Amino acid sequence: MSGKDERREGRYDVPLTVAGPGAEPARRNGHRRPTAAGRPHATDQAATDEPDTAATDEPVAGTNGGVVDGEPDSAATDEPVARSDAGGSHVPGPVTSAEGGVVAPPGPAVADRRDHWDRRVAGGLAFLRRRLSGDYEVDEFGFDPDLTDAVFHPLVRLLYRDWFRTEVGGLENVPTDGPALVVGNHSGTVALDALILSTALHDRHPGRRYLRLLGADLVFRMPVVSEIARKTGGTVACNPDAERLLGNGELVGVFPEGFKGIGKLYSDRYKLQRFGRGGFVSAALRTGTPIVPVAIVGGEEIYPMLADLKPLARLLKLPYFPVTPTFPWLGPLGMVPLPSKWLIEFCPPIPTAHLTDSADDPLVVFNLADQVRETIQQTLHKLLERRPDPFGP
Amino acid sequence: MTPGGTPGAPGVVVVTGVGRYLGAHVAARLAADPRIERVIGVDPATPGPEFTDLLDRVERIRLDLDSLGGLLADLEVDAVVHLALVSAPDPQHGGRAAMKEQNVIGTMQLLAACQRAPRLRKLVVRSSTAAYGASFRDPAVFTEETEPREVPRGGFGRDILDIEGYVRGFRRRRPDVIDTVLRFAPFIGSTADTTLTRYFSQPVVPTVFGRDPRLQFVHFDDALEVLHRSIVEDHPGTYNVAGPGVLSLSQAIRRAGRVAMPVLEPGLSGAAAIARNLGFGRYGLDQVDLFVHGRVVDTTRLEREYGFQPRSTAAAFDDFIRAHHGGVVVTRDQLAAAERLVLEGIRQVRSAVRERS
Repeated sequence: MSGKDERREGRYDVPLTVAGPGAEPARRNGHRRPTAAGRPHATDQAATDEPDTAATDEPVAGTNGGVVDGEPDSAATDEPVARSDAGGSHVPGPVTSAEGGVVAPPGPAVADRRDHWDRRVAGGLAFLRRRLSGDYEVDEFGFDPDLTDAVFHPLVRLLYRDWFRTEVGGLENVPTDGPALVVGNHSGTVALDALILSTALHDRHPGRRYLRLLGADLVFRMPVVSEIARKTGGTVACNPDAERLLGNGELVGVFPEGFKGIGKLYSDRYKLQRFGRGGFVSAALRTGTPIVPVAIVGGEEIYPMLADLKPLARLLKLPYFPVTPTFPWLGPLGMVPLPSKWLIEFCPPIPTAHLTDSADDPLVVFNLADQVRETIQQTLHKLLERRPDPFGP
Repeated sequence: MTPGGTPGAPGVVVVTGVGRYLGAHVAARLAADPRIERVIGVDPATPGPEFTDLLDRVERIRLDLDSLGGLLADLEVDAVVHLALVSAPDPQHGGRAAMKEQNVIGTMQLLAACQRAPRLRKLVVRSSTAAYGASFRDPAVFTEETEPREVPRGGFGRDILDIEGYVRGFRRRRPDVIDTVLRFAPFIGSTADTTLTRYFSQPVVPTVFGRDPRLQFVHFDDALEVLHRSIVEDHPGTYNVAGPGVLSLSQAIRRAGRVAMPVLEPGLSGAAAIARNLGFGRYGLDQVDLFVHGRVVDTTRLEREYGFQPRSTAAAFDDFIRAHHGGVVVTRDQLAAAERLVLEGIRQVRSAVRERS
């Protein structure tokens, strides 16, 4: 990253402070902006210089994307950015001279920048107004897409992209529309993997699909937590809810290990626990939904659990009480997850449409649950070989 | 169907609870239907003066439910609509004890009378979605088959479970009677006056901290329509009656332009208990449970069997807001104006900054 780029980022600090809550967070660490991936911004921009509304958004998106993507399209993105810089008199001489004296007339460039930030501010204010006047939709499970898109996903995105450097593979195994049951391994003392998985799916999948997570009833017993879970698309893990969601064509996420998975010791990392009673399989069978196993590597290292204080857990009515290298020793600081490297791999879907009549046959259910479990376990081993250093780049 | 009875609309209909808002409107509507010969309104108390105009075509009989037996046989009643339920204890009229007397004992007596009425061929009972109880393990959406996982804490919820139990017993003893149990979501509308409409009419509305329950309402006019169709058509079974769609409590409060005041749950339960003991306020554990767990029901069966779709929960609530706009703290127009003002302000500040640099 050159000094020029940094200065350019700095210039946008001023408008950042006035951006509404709906605006996207600033990115300065150099990761590709996921929403920009599908947009042909870089080449478009180099070709057309007119300050029409479609293009006004692009110079800034170009800076964010271009800086990250680095080499291949940096030449294409840099030029228009430099032009708007020149117009906006915050950055003096050097930039324009470095670009070989390309100076655009100040008028359109100023309008460009103002329009972009103006739209962000207006979007943020409109979001605020919608929230305050209750002018949004909530589905029967309590899922609030407006809030999820504007607040939840951007927050988790910081974790998943910048902190955990998550790589996602096998997305073609997740259907673009129609129902599917995504079954994953659970880990990490705190169920961050569920949040990361849902944001990763929404950001990276071409269908921008929402993952509807099924959570333990303990989650829905806790005030505040229960409402966050519902508003971001979660519901209680029970067959009526799972079947209703699948019947509506939703993408449902489930972690059959439950607390046995997240509450296991660090020495047991990446060893799949028992898969409950296979309730998830019968839900899939009854609706004829394909099962997509997913292996998540990286969750085990975020809060390595060295011991479980069972008496304290019983006292607090929790399934376990973790002791990690940082918790409870460092207090709130111990809540910061360690920055492990995450890999998520979706496996080929297991069709169940031909087994719809066997939903109540325990043998079929157990066999299928075992098949899913084996698939995830093998994929975990494969991913672990690809990631020799848990805290690598 | 009993011999002698004609399919379709019954000739003589008895409506209980005509001294109350719902009963009076149902009786008036049935009386206006030319297919029905006689509508007899039964209530232990004289209907209030506000209903006298409404009830001028309804034969009114002041009668306790325990002496209903003779009436049903003498008047050759074809159908009974049981609406005499009390949803919240009224301190002026005996509190919780009288409420239970009316709800549970009253229903038992009514069903006992119905069992001995030879010509009776239709029974419609008002129930409530409170029949599903409240538990953290509940599914998000209740269908008619969902069994309650925990007995509700509130008096009304327990009464409803008892009432439905008695109706099931009646169903076994009189299989020839077409009985319809309608589980209504809380009523709302421009004119209805219920515990919930009073709750949403306050400028500052207490809520449970950390909980944002999903609520459903049924518009009062739609409830009337469903009750009416239950009499003139044959729809045996249990039905959820609610407006499709969901409003979360915070969303409803914001749409109504009120201000939410979160209270810790134990505090609210305690306050509800104290208020009940002191004899004021009509909020009880029924409301606290609703505001912790929320309640959403599936109305597919109603829509399929009745061929009728109630207006959505959001539309029903909008109708209520339009009628109760007094006491609004913030309106949508004010918010939109504030949005414009702030946006303009930011634009001006930014252009000023730009000019200065």
